[in-house]
Amino acid sequence: MTTPSLEQIRDRILAAVPAAEASLVNNPGPAAQHSLLIDRAHLVEVARFLRDDPELRLDYCSNVTGIDQPEREVVDKVRRKVPAPDGSGEREVEEKVKRIEPGFLEVVYHLFSMARKHGPVVLRVRTGDRAGDASVPSLTPVWRACEFQEREVFDLFGIVFTGHPNLRRILMWDAFVGHPMRKDYVEPDDYEWEPTPHDAVLERVKARQAVASTPEEGPTT
Amino acid sequence: MSDATTTTITEEQRAELRRHGILLTSLQELYNWGRSNSVWPLQFGLACCAIEMIAASMARFDIARFGSEVFRPSPRQADLLIVSGTVTKKMAPQVVRLWNQMPEPKYCIAMGACAISGGPFKQGYNVLKGIDRYIPVDVYVPGCPPRPEALLHGLMKLQEKIRAQPLAGPDAPRHLRADDPCVYPVPECGATDLEPPFNPEVWKPPTLVRDDA
Repeated sequence: MTTPSLEQIRDRILAAVPAAEASLVNNPGPAAQHSLLIDRAHLVEVARFLRDDPELRLDYCSNVTGIDQPEREVVDKVRRKVPAPDGSGEREVEEKVKRIEPGFLEVVYHLFSMARKHGPVVLRVRTGDRAGDASVPSLTPVWRACEFQEREVFDLFGIVFTGHPNLRRILMWDAFVGHPMRKDYVEPDDYEWEPTPHDAVLERVKARQAVASTPEEGPTT
Repeated sequence: MSDATTTTITEEQRAELRRHGILLTSLQELYNWGRSNSVWPLQFGLACCAIEMIAASMARFDIARFGSEVFRPSPRQADLLIVSGTVTKKMAPQVVRLWNQMPEPKYCIAMGACAISGGPFKQGYNVLKGIDRYIPVDVYVPGCPPRPEALLHGLMKLQEKIRAQPLAGPDAPRHLRADDPCVYPVPECGATDLEPPFNPEVWKPPTLVRDDA
């Protein structure tokens, strides 16, 4: 059977969970894999509905991944009318307005239906921010397959899944500090001096050597 | 019984005798001949190189021709550790522990770019930059991954090395010397890297002096 369109799925969601906010996120690329952005508060309720709805029966969560969107500056083009300098009526000018779009972390779920053989349906959910409020509800109680993948997203992006039964690091070791897939992760400076084609690494090594050559620091490796 | 320094008969003379059907040998030669032809690897794979190692053990390439067909599931029964693939920092303590659990005489082949130096992951945050930082490596097999023929060539080089080992003197292998430790310290996982980042007994960072630096 063919996948119901995302608009139909969104309408079904809104009919079943009226308080939820669900909006379409269009993918302008050639893949055109559009997705549904669900609000955090109603995510679990929406997920239960998608799994149990007899029309959709999205009973299999194949993939969970994360997205890091740091704070960014967006330039909007605004057209407005100004009086012409010679006083002859109005003139339309285009202005560029800069604004700061706050950063967020996003979790993406890819859902399929084994029973009705359709999919994928892509769900997105965003955290409040990238630091203190970086949490989303866990969907492990809905789809058991999410457990390890949510742990991986927690490990590499630092997204806290509330309600997860066993939220520990899975790829990195427990004592590891930081979340390496975040855009602002700075890898530790543990390079030895060696010929390398990477200029960035070479610069870092030179900076480290300059620090190490000061007498009070001493060489550290 | 004689070793290389006290032999009064040369290799050529010995080969000549062999051609006439007379086997003249030394204990060292016999001992190393036996050891070099039954190098049992540990059944241990880490990444894509392990697939090539498995291919080398199957009928087409057939590592059994070199006496290494018995992949042992226990380190206690293995002679050779083939580090076949990417060693992540999380896995490195386990690799060193396996190496410590193997009885002497033991040998190590670093197979593939990752095991030698970290390979394409060298500048990353989670991959060890070469297993030779913690354990002594006898043969390096380059490639990404190396073909089974390359692994077999590496094994033949290891056999040559075993055959050339003297049984006494300062060049004797580790298991015949009292001064060499057979147990290597297992690193701990720290905040970002392993602690210590390498074992100074077996590896030191390269010190290169460049004219333009």
